[in-house]
Amino acid sequence: MKITDELVDYLGQLSRLELSEGEKAGLKHDLSDILDYMDQLAELDTAGKKEMSHPFDAVNCFRTDQVKNGDDRQAVLSNAPAKKGDYFKVHKTVGEEA
Amino acid sequence: MEREMTAQAAGAGDLLELSALQLGACIQKKEIGVEEAAQAYLDAIAQSDSEIHSYITVMEEEALQTARQVQKKIDSGELTGPLSGVPAAIKDNMCTKGTLTSAASNILSNFVPPYDAEAVARLKESGAVILGKLNMDEFAMGGSTETSHYGITKNPWDLSRVPGGSSGGSAAAVAARLVPYALGSDTGGSIRQPCAFCNLTGIKPTYGAVSRYGLLAYASSLDQIGPVGRDIKDCAAVLSVIAGKDAKDSTSIIDRAFDMEAALSGSVKGKKVGMPAGYFGDGLSPQVRQRIFEAADVLRSLGAEVEEFDLPNVDYAVPAYYIIACAEASSNLSRYDGVKYGYRSAEADDLLGIYYKSRSEGFGTEVKRRIMLGSFVLSSGYFDAYYKKALQVRGMIKAAFDRAFETYDMILSPVSPTTAYEIGGQISDPIAMYMADIYTVSVNLSGIPAVALPCGKDDAGLPVGMQLIGRAFSEETLVAAAADYQRATEFHKAQAPHAAKGGRR
Repeated sequence: MKITDELVDYLGQLSRLELSEGEKAGLKHDLSDILDYMDQLAELDTAGKKEMSHPFDAVNCFRTDQVKNGDDRQAVLSNAPAKKGDYFKVHKTVGEEA
Repeated sequence: MEREMTAQAAGAGDLLELSALQLGACIQKKEIGVEEAAQAYLDAIAQSDSEIHSYITVMEEEALQTARQVQKKIDSGELTGPLSGVPAAIKDNMCTKGTLTSAASNILSNFVPPYDAEAVARLKESGAVILGKLNMDEFAMGGSTETSHYGITKNPWDLSRVPGGSSGGSAAAVAARLVPYALGSDTGGSIRQPCAFCNLTGIKPTYGAVSRYGLLAYASSLDQIGPVGRDIKDCAAVLSVIAGKDAKDSTSIIDRAFDMEAALSGSVKGKKVGMPAGYFGDGLSPQVRQRIFEAADVLRSLGAEVEEFDLPNVDYAVPAYYIIACAEASSNLSRYDGVKYGYRSAEADDLLGIYYKSRSEGFGTEVKRRIMLGSFVLSSGYFDAYYKKALQVRGMIKAAFDRAFETYDMILSPVSPTTAYEIGGQISDPIAMYMADIYTVSVNLSGIPAVALPCGKDDAGLPVGMQLIGRAFSEETLVAAAADYQRATEFHKAQAPHAAKGGRR
């Protein structure tokens, strides 16, 4: 499978990764090799075969909606890279023109 | 007989020589103190882990404090379990309340979980003394522990070689006598292959046997936590503690406790064991092949009926596995965005920049590669040809195993095509690295259990591992066979040249 520069850029966008030129070149080469290897699946006739996304047939697993954990707001916030009061802090997301 | 040996081994001296269960028995009999045991291992870590580098975090103070509390509960008769007071260590992708849990990634290099993973909580309740967190491939992506942000772990059998991975720290620590047993996780062989490389026993339980609550997700439909130990008895004891339904993980579906006591006194006699012919062709080291055939002879001598059979679609397991694992990883790892926890880049000047820069600076090469691959196979235009196809192949692989288990009680196979390789030997060739998982990934794709255990060495003196695979929730059958095999052989007793010594009493 031929991997183009555009495809690497697009996948970088989907993956939210900013890649250096060196990383892009490496990934272009690696992805192409790996996908060639994966392409051998095409040999196998899977027409009509069921897709298996989970080891066991998934069944809904219900429990009562009951709060069991305590208020660990401060413990959770203690991992925040930036916070303000009881909130996670990020850059302004709404522009002036919006 | 077993009991006499326990007392003798303890009386003779080296505390680090004792298996987890032997140490637990000595602790119950007050022959060894809980703090004494913890201190002996902490000393060994301080002395030897600089050359092995199996730990990311050593919890010295907390371990000694826990040891004193556990001793009180043992003295009062509150804790009577076979592993009460025995030190343990945890792969660094399982949450430990108040202690760094990094998944060996820069992106979590400052993450201190506010809760324990369920498996960790169960160990603690049973009186385990947690010594620390163990090195691994970043986010469990790799088979050599070379992709860790915290540096390479070395194999205690040969320091120039990898310990395997991704639970390489878990295996190296147990093999180097720096902990009696450890928890690992297995997404495509990450417990079994390091056990094979380090002459250890490990169990990859049935999907759903152990709660994944608090396990940092790599590929959620494949991940499973399990024990890494010195022999099958230790592993069975650990599995008994951590297995069971958990309301916090809706995929933990086990509905009964494993009866490991009965299993350990069971045997492989009269069992039908199949060896997939396709597993023994090109690509398998002749010496590994020879050891597995010898293991088959041992099983025959114990009364098992062993024969080769044709398992279809063997060659398609690895590509299907990597498509599915990468797809799930690309989705699971999207949560690492630098907002609520973990690493945030100082370079970002808007919200999107926080995502892009934190992730780009936070993830290593192999993780980026798998996220990109996952994004590709899930993207519109390629989804059907890759992801959907892989899910269909997964179904065919599971069906092939289901069919095999209509005839056989278990399957015997190699764990890895080679013994432990040189550090730097495969890391630059992703396809070679992926293909080495040929014997392990089908087990995860099918959600079934497998036990890895030592079956000899190659000419270089490096350990060879064998694998027994069973149908879903047949852990007891596998444990019985492994216990029978270990009663008949001495391979699991061999000690690594770089194992710590000490704790002499």
